[in-house]
Amino acid sequence: MNITLKVWRQKNSKERGRFETYHVKDVSADMSFLEMFDVLNEDLITEGKEPIAFDHDCREGICGMCSMYINGRPHGPLQGVTTCQLHMRSFKDGDTIVVEPWRAAAFPVIKDLAVDRSSFDRIMAAGGFVSVNTGNAQDANSILIPKTDADLAFESAACIGCGACVAACKNSSAMLFVSAKVSQLALLPQGQVERHERVISMVNQMDEEGFGSCTNTGACEAECPKNISVENIARLNREYLSAKIAK
Amino acid sequence: MSSNNFLSLFSSSIGKKVIMAVTGLFICLFLVVHVAGNFQLFKADSGLAFNKYAVLMTTNPFIKTISYILYLTIIIHAIRGLMIEFENRKARPVRYAKYDGNANSKWASRNMGILGTILLVFIVVHMHDFWYNYKFGHTPYTLYKTELATGKMTEAKDMGPDFKMGSKMEEMLAGDYKYVIVKDLYKEVKEEFKQLWWVLFYVVCMGAVSFHLYHGFRSGFQSLGLNNRRYNNIFQSIGTWIFAIIIPASFAAMPLYFYFNQ
Amino acid sequence: MTSSKLDAHIPEGHMAEKWSKYRSTVHLVNPANKRHLEVIVVGSGLAGASAAATLAELGYKVKVFCFQDSARRAHSIAAQGGINAAKNYQNDGDSVYRLFYDTVKGGDYRSREANTHRLAEVSGNIIDQCVAQGVPFAREYGGLLSNRSFGGVLVQRTFYAAGQTGQQLLLGAYSALMRQVGTGAIKMYARHEMLDIVNIDGKCRGIIARNLITGELERHFGHAVLLCSGGYGNVYYLSTNAMGSNVTAAWKAHKKGAFFGNPCYTQIHPTCIPVSGDHQSKLTLMSESLRNDGRIWVPKKKEDAEAIRAGKLNPNDIKPDDRDYYLERRYPAYGNLVPRDVASRAAKERCDAGFGVNATGEAVFLDFAYNLRYKYGQMEATKHGIENPTEQQLFDLGKEVVKEKYGNLFDMYKQITGVDPYHNPMMIYPAVHYTMGGLWVDYNLMTTVPGLYALGEANFSDHGANRLGASALMQGLADGYFVIPYTIGDYLSHEIGTKAISTDHEAFVEAENGVKEKLNKLMNVKGTKSVDHFHKKLGKIMWEKCGMARNASGLKEAITEIQELRKQFWADVRIPGEQNEFNPELEKAGRVADFLELGELMCMDALQRNESCGGHFREEYQTEEGEAKRDDENFAFVSAWERTGDNQWTMHKEELKFEYIKIAQRSYK
Repeated sequence: MNITLKVWRQKNSKERGRFETYHVKDVSADMSFLEMFDVLNEDLITEGKEPIAFDHDCREGICGMCSMYINGRPHGPLQGVTTCQLHMRSFKDGDTIVVEPWRAAAFPVIKDLAVDRSSFDRIMAAGGFVSVNTGNAQDANSILIPKTDADLAFESAACIGCGACVAACKNSSAMLFVSAKVSQLALLPQGQVERHERVISMVNQMDEEGFGSCTNTGACEAECPKNISVENIARLNREYLSAKIAK
Repeated sequence: MSSNNFLSLFSSSIGKKVIMAVTGLFICLFLVVHVAGNFQLFKADSGLAFNKYAVLMTTNPFIKTISYILYLTIIIHAIRGLMIEFENRKARPVRYAKYDGNANSKWASRNMGILGTILLVFIVVHMHDFWYNYKFGHTPYTLYKTELATGKMTEAKDMGPDFKMGSKMEEMLAGDYKYVIVKDLYKEVKEEFKQLWWVLFYVVCMGAVSFHLYHGFRSGFQSLGLNNRRYNNIFQSIGTWIFAIIIPASFAAMPLYFYFNQ
Repeated sequence: MTSSKLDAHIPEGHMAEKWSKYRSTVHLVNPANKRHLEVIVVGSGLAGASAAATLAELGYKVKVFCFQDSARRAHSIAAQGGINAAKNYQNDGDSVYRLFYDTVKGGDYRSREANTHRLAEVSGNIIDQCVAQGVPFAREYGGLLSNRSFGGVLVQRTFYAAGQTGQQLLLGAYSALMRQVGTGAIKMYARHEMLDIVNIDGKCRGIIARNLITGELERHFGHAVLLCSGGYGNVYYLSTNAMGSNVTAAWKAHKKGAFFGNPCYTQIHPTCIPVSGDHQSKLTLMSESLRNDGRIWVPKKKEDAEAIRAGKLNPNDIKPDDRDYYLERRYPAYGNLVPRDVASRAAKERCDAGFGVNATGEAVFLDFAYNLRYKYGQMEATKHGIENPTEQQLFDLGKEVVKEKYGNLFDMYKQITGVDPYHNPMMIYPAVHYTMGGLWVDYNLMTTVPGLYALGEANFSDHGANRLGASALMQGLADGYFVIPYTIGDYLSHEIGTKAISTDHEAFVEAENGVKEKLNKLMNVKGTKSVDHFHKKLGKIMWEKCGMARNASGLKEAITEIQELRKQFWADVRIPGEQNEFNPELEKAGRVADFLELGELMCMDALQRNESCGGHFREEYQTEEGEAKRDDENFAFVSAWERTGDNQWTMHKEELKFEYIKIAQRSYK
């Protein structure tokens, strides 16, 4: 099939960007969306033009590096799927696809479709951990965790940190990301000791990074490639309130 | 740890939501009372019950206190809401060229700012028409004459534009009759809703209420951390049926009732 | 027989006591001195993140570099199935010795006993540590940890978190890392790529890194440098590795004196989604855990295979008697759970014989129909008291169980292929997955360059010629959490007098100039072909001639072809854009340039190893039944390659002595 692409091109964080139109021919339905970009880039290089910069790494939907805003939706039209796992069979011959970078003040564009998500790392550094030094742990089975709690914690922990929640949110809020980590540790006995400090530090850092605040549209949940639930955001709110009241 | 004190809660992103939730849910609660009281407009007593109710609402010290808290709540809800709207816009300085919000969220949830602004305008107009005029403007008085034995109203007489009285309502007994002279807010309502464009304005605004509450009621619980798979359906049903359908529909029925019963 | 240039520094004593004794006697560094000792960690996967976090906890000043945009994206994250540990929680007879034995046997007796035993010893601690960090492993209803079994073993010792074990373990290590970043003990350099090491007076003292956003070159000093940069499977272009996975850090170290161990040992994973076309950029693994419940088969009759390939026959319509469950047939004891190398070769053998089942003829079936209905479906039916369940009932009941166990994998398969694996058998084919070879290290994990260490997949040490499933995560974390924090003390305790060396030192200047020159050279080729063009060609040569099966003449051809391709690359590669900006093509070009050198060495190593062992299968050396034929007499050694000039190498041997395990023919029959 033949596809028309309108892709955001921006040389670096300082210069202004614009859309460029490209035509990609003979796209196979078995190609992944990124493989279609590979083909396009190959053509651009052959033509002596600069290829489109985009972030990607594992190409199996788990590293969280790929980040394209496709036809008005992060990671494209499917639910529970990253850009790298989106295949061209989700599109039709003759389609025009608009591709933009994640847009948020806290995710400045580096080049073309690649953005800087280091704000997520700083939020994690603020409290997304259990303070346990190597070598101090007791036997793993001495901590009993009900299966339901472990499963719930796992669902929250499945977050890949791609930032689709921020990209989807009309407010560029990072609440789903933050709440997933806070929830994982709040649900487990290991996370109890630092429960209050953790949520306060992480929320403070989130606010400092310039993310918007949540208005419960639920767009994050709908677009999350790992189907992280907004129940986590409610839990985050609860954790934060109780931490603030207890302090 | 000064930044962690309790008050800083309210400047954080979560604190802002909590303020919106608490104030919003309080206003929802008020709406229940308001709609219940206003049902008296439908009573075929030439407005006696409604007018008495209006007096009660504006004179009882307890209710008065609550109503001042309510005004404050509305102001906080509106200001905080508008601030959030503007702050959130700053969080995305470059907008998307193509944005498919309907694919992942409901229209109402994305337009709370606009809906809220419509409602703010509505509240100002509404308060001016019925609260300000009632309190400070010139609302005429009506005399109701009720037969004590049967409780049947035999007469409702307009006291004319020049009639003035020290209080909003006076009651007296004379013979077999009870006489009530009361500020006739009912008449104001009736007069206003004779005009089509006022009716339309109210109905449209009730549409905004519906959408605002369709998202807002459920959202308030989420912001307060009350999200539980077992109860979510209940919150959602209450939000949808009571706050997004029954309450706005009931309010909208009032102007329509007067318009079509001229 | 061991080369004088190689000293593995294996401690004396009985195997079971070596590590504990060594650990208790190794030199320590005073906490006050640790603050002045700087350690550079390259790579932020399981090995890198765990090492960096632990060293920072101990008080060292640590800098961590990764080329991804965040430490959390390292490719350890993609590991699916699980992590082994000799906990014996299942009471099925597991022990440290048994894990050690299975690993050595699984590695086809080509790993270093002492390292492997240590790995088994610390395996239990890893699980403890991860659980304490909040890693949400799968649990039983009683709240205890759950286990499953993996290929090549007869016990259940694999801990897992659905099909995302690597992710959960990495996020655990990443959280420990970020905690230290938060305290300031670690400085994190994401989107930085190490492009050279800096040696001063025979010791490794730092690195040159390129800031991938600005293109600037940076000099960083460290008293020691840890390479935790993963494996080099991408030399094959198509592999299950991430697109960015590369050999560059290890290769630059190799060029500066670190010997490369067993480069030809690559693991081909049997259960990957087959190639669909020329556009393919990577291959996706379907977890080995699927082999617990999936039965692997091809049609017995060639005409059936042909009909399936032509799309004329639905595999579900082939009668059980007409199916060849070749693993169960050939290896009745282990069946579908034979080690990866054995399963991969068996698939290739069937496809080469003409029984492949997809359009390219390179795929076999992994079929869940039987277990779904008659194992899980029947179990559920019995549980629910359904007598004489219908086929549909069995399917529905079984589907729920299979969904719970493998749902995410089934979804992923459907997403990629467009075929629903609940109703149709999956198609799988082997693909390059892991490299057992890597930088040669001693017992301390130090390379032949003093002060330069290699951890995790980047070193060669623990898996011999073949790695067992769920052992890569174990090794990465063992090295990072529990080995290097002790063994590095042995070196750094002698470095407390060394003040931080200024990065103005001539060795830094020289190294940076070298890197700059190389980058200039790449940019100035200004040829006509993209980097991928060369990478794909290299991959094809490697896969065909140094892949699942190798022979002397093919390897010799490959060497010549790679040399020729390398020349073409340096004459005709085109890299658009500028050097001093974010330029992914330039990054790729540097990595492919290194692969073009490594590929040749891999072929040389494969050529010298005149035997078949583990992942290295030489067609000339097989039994009559087609099984690998080892030559313990002549090849029980590690080949450690020293680079002596431009694409010139000398091989050194480290003899492998098996004192605690009786070396035997590996049999899974």
